[in-house]
Amino acid sequence: MTSDNVPADIRIDLKSDTKHLASIRGLILSLTQTCGFDVVESGHIALAVDESLANIIRHGYQHRNDQPINISIWLLKDDQPGIKIVIEDEAMQIDPDDICGRDLDDIKPGGLGVHIIKDVMDECTFAKRECKGMRVTLLKHLKPKTLDCTENTKTPR
Amino acid sequence: MSSQQNIEVETKTLPAGILLKPKGDIDLSRAPAFRTEIAKGIQKANGAVFIDLNDVPYMDSSGVATLVEALKTTSQSGNRLVLFGMQERVRSIFEIARLDTVFKITETLEQAQED
Repeated sequence: MTSDNVPADIRIDLKSDTKHLASIRGLILSLTQTCGFDVVESGHIALAVDESLANIIRHGYQHRNDQPINISIWLLKDDQPGIKIVIEDEAMQIDPDDICGRDLDDIKPGGLGVHIIKDVMDECTFAKRECKGMRVTLLKHLKPKTLDCTENTKTPR
Repeated sequence: MSSQQNIEVETKTLPAGILLKPKGDIDLSRAPAFRTEIAKGIQKANGAVFIDLNDVPYMDSSGVATLVEALKTTSQSGNRLVLFGMQERVRSIFEIARLDTVFKITETLEQAQED
């Protein structure tokens, strides 16, 4: 799988089991901090990935634990450094316009995941994959003061 | 079915109510157990429910949903629910969801017990 025909820097294939969530959070935290995101931003990116995976497991796969999920990660360079994360599944396709969080003024359990993802990421898009399943694309750019992960040994903070 | 992990929730009876102290990350794998333990604690409560989050380094929206449900249950029975000792990363999700003004959130148990 490629993004703009560039192969991913990291690709993870996992099964839809919630026991993997903590490991993926740990990986994203470590990776984003290495890239130069601060602790808060790294936590937010890990939260967005966690919520995306939880949505797939809960709604897409109805808690089945043996279904495929693919995570591809690009460490963005050039003039807009940051991180791009694409998560794909093979669950039933739904209209991306139907994926929305609840009204925050309506205080009730549930419906927060999508709102949180959209709030913490610079970009978040849901799409139907070409053959089957759904794709969520998450994008977060480094703030100007933070470092490009490709040059963090060269550029003073 | 996807894995469901247990969560330890320490329970202590206080003069003003009950103290519940969950330990560990609360994500989709632990939310069902967390929900069960919190419901048990609320049933035992004879007064306010104080939830100590000092030992919860991470919480996702499924954990937050459990606490929203707990807040509604305690409110319906005329009791208070107070969260305290919230770590920065957990506080952040309450702020994003704009629930930091819906819950009573304090730093310490002593503050939590003040009316």
